[in-house]
Amino acid sequence: MDSFLLLAFLFLVAGVIAVPIATRLGLGSVLGYLIAGIAISPLLDLLHVDVVSIQHFAEFGVVMMLFLVGLELEPRMLWTMRNKLLGLGGLQVVVTAALVMAIAMAFGQPWSIALAIGLVFALSSTAIVLQTLSEKGLMKSDGGQSSFSVLLFQDIAVIPMLAFIPLLALPELQQLTAAAHGADDGHASLSLVDRVTGWQRALLTVGAIAFVVIVGTYLIRPIFRFIAVARLRELFTATALLLVIAIALLMVVVGLSPALGVFLAGVVLANSEYRHELESNIDPFKGLLLGVFFITVGAAIEFELLQKNLGAILGMTFGLVILKAAVLYVLSRIFGISGSDRWLFSLGLAQAGEFGFVLLTFSVANSVIPSAVAEQLMLVVTLSMLLTPALFIAYEKVIAPRFVDAQERDADDIDEQGSVIIAGHGRFGGIVNRILLSAGFKTVVLDYQSEQLDVLRAFGVKVFFGDAMRPDLLHAAGIEEAKMLVIAIDDKASATELVRYVTENYPHVYVVVRAIDRHHVYELWSAGARDIIRETFDSSLRAGRSALEALGVHPYDAERQVRGFVINDQEQMLALASSYDPDIPAHENEEYVRRTREYLGRYAEAMKGHSDAFGTRIDRGWVPPSLDDVEAEEKKDQEQP
Amino acid sequence: MTKLIVYYAHPGHKHSHINRFMARAAEALDGITFVDLYRDYPRFDIDTDREQQRLLDHDVVLFQFPLFWYSTPSIVKEWQDLVLEHGFAYGSDGDRLAGKRMMLAVTAAGPEEAYSAGGYQHYSLRDFLRPLEQTARLCSMRFAAPYVLYSSLKAPSTGDVEPHVDGYRRLLEAIRDDRYDWDEADRRETVDLASLPIREAD
Repeated sequence: MDSFLLLAFLFLVAGVIAVPIATRLGLGSVLGYLIAGIAISPLLDLLHVDVVSIQHFAEFGVVMMLFLVGLELEPRMLWTMRNKLLGLGGLQVVVTAALVMAIAMAFGQPWSIALAIGLVFALSSTAIVLQTLSEKGLMKSDGGQSSFSVLLFQDIAVIPMLAFIPLLALPELQQLTAAAHGADDGHASLSLVDRVTGWQRALLTVGAIAFVVIVGTYLIRPIFRFIAVARLRELFTATALLLVIAIALLMVVVGLSPALGVFLAGVVLANSEYRHELESNIDPFKGLLLGVFFITVGAAIEFELLQKNLGAILGMTFGLVILKAAVLYVLSRIFGISGSDRWLFSLGLAQAGEFGFVLLTFSVANSVIPSAVAEQLMLVVTLSMLLTPALFIAYEKVIAPRFVDAQERDADDIDEQGSVIIAGHGRFGGIVNRILLSAGFKTVVLDYQSEQLDVLRAFGVKVFFGDAMRPDLLHAAGIEEAKMLVIAIDDKASATELVRYVTENYPHVYVVVRAIDRHHVYELWSAGARDIIRETFDSSLRAGRSALEALGVHPYDAERQVRGFVINDQEQMLALASSYDPDIPAHENEEYVRRTREYLGRYAEAMKGHSDAFGTRIDRGWVPPSLDDVEAEEKKDQEQP
Repeated sequence: MTKLIVYYAHPGHKHSHINRFMARAAEALDGITFVDLYRDYPRFDIDTDREQQRLLDHDVVLFQFPLFWYSTPSIVKEWQDLVLEHGFAYGSDGDRLAGKRMMLAVTAAGPEEAYSAGGYQHYSLRDFLRPLEQTARLCSMRFAAPYVLYSSLKAPSTGDVEPHVDGYRRLLEAIRDDRYDWDEADRRETVDLASLPIREAD
């Protein structure tokens, strides 16, 4: 227990200090974690910590990341990506692996080792690249999307690679490893597939995937609905974690990649109303685990070995990065990725990745690569990952600025429609949503009444379960990129709180908020809202106008009368809102009381018909000139020549 | 510097081929005031005080609109009814606009030949715009020859949009920078791209 606390303390301190510094210097969080790892590695050595086993554990962060990636990807989107996924991703892996293999053979490695090295180096780092792309907001760009396709293909390609690598085993190494520690690839103890025949294995694989799809499609919703009734937030977190871990475990049991399994589950759940809730629950775990993972990568660098072979290892690292970038550059030309996106794509994916570590340890365990070679390759993978943030910085500072002019287009009247988040989908938010949708805007609806969601889902409305008051859920719903937040929740205090949070933290988001009553308007105003809609105001006006019409007032006069009322009321509201102070009870606020009295006086006058308080603006255009005026003008006219 | 205000009116803004580009060019210019009437008053609830103040703050008032039924889009008429108030714009003591200029920038769907005694529109475009001309006169304003584009529906296919928009931009700049020859313009019925009386900058 003590050593666990000490270890946790070490990792957290290193991360908490290094990451903010790295981010402030514009290096990105990944490099921050890596540096933290390098910094604490002597300490870890002193404490005899098994960094590699921590790394294996932290690799689960990559699995969670793929689950989140899957959640973002609807099956439809995946289908539209198929060309890039198979074409671009497939060619990248095959061409890079072949070239690396050829070079390795040229340096005198036997073909089987060379091929294994090729496979290891063909992979890029999903963890670093996706994290960096989304941190820098480049995920949606053409370069970002293409990078994602390639990474996804690579992650999937790891599975056949794991199946293929044991076939490359060298007999002499096999004897050695067998003598040393037996076959230990970490998962063997759990695996079912060792004891079954080929067709049974295939059946198991298909069955497991089908199971994931079926559970995701039919079972998850009832489970979450069942959980939602309890209204306990931590229960949701527990269920979400359970889901991811259970699927990962199932995949391990049938000998498939856990990453692929949870990715699939994510895709299946991408259409579900619990998507944002799941996202916000898993996201912190993913972040922490990936952080630990990167720290272990940094900590595992063997500086002694590096010093001994400095020239060779640096040469291999730079050679690898240049080779990978060149392959990517050529492919991006073929696939029509242009401008700065081409460079983002080529430089971003030029490193080797964390799956490289997995494949390397697996290769050593399966007697494919001698461990002396593997240790050097590990260093190459690590160094190339360390180099990645530098490449991203080069892209941002040197390459992207050159393409800015070329990408700027003449702005159209409606620029790209950012999404609108609607909090609360009852009678009020529902209508707002329908209007926005009918005008072609994208909306994300959040509501925490599970029963209502089912009804809406049945009608094809895109709604998500969750409490809009939670910052992490707002984040998952995309508040950073959102243009607008419509707050239509019933609870007064929550609405005010939400306004305060969003106007302070996301000043770019335009807020439209529903007010319950007059005092609520003042509270919302002082919380920073400027577009405040009183929920019953417009219907009251229409009722008033109807009444006037029924009383025989000409409909157009009634209309103007109501408009005059609105103008006066808004002016008064604004004046009172600015003198309202949420910390002083209204009746003790002198300024507020004075103004209210003044307005009440004006109302009274207007009611008795003694004042034109409501009429000044509305009738002016139609008051005819007086007879005196007409005569004066005629006289003036005659005087003129 | 002449203080210029452009009032733009087009209810079918997003279907426009020419006027919205003219409006965009006008809005982008520094040193002039641009008002999209349908944007400011989507519910026709025109604020008379605000509009009168706008008029007082400027020397030249230019209305830009497509010709609808030989007249302006309806919001311009509503604006006139409310803003050009008796006692403000006209009447025995309504002289607040005296000496200012009014100008129009109009697009018309019909060809130039149609707007003549022998053409199918029977009258010249200037004749159709007489109510505005007389409105200006009653307000003691000087009415200037309108900047016109005929056959406006065909303009996108004949490549006339960009030159006309560019001419509009030059016209507004010239008015702003006191390089517009109002006297020369007064000798014309209308002005167009080819006949803009602009003096080059010294």
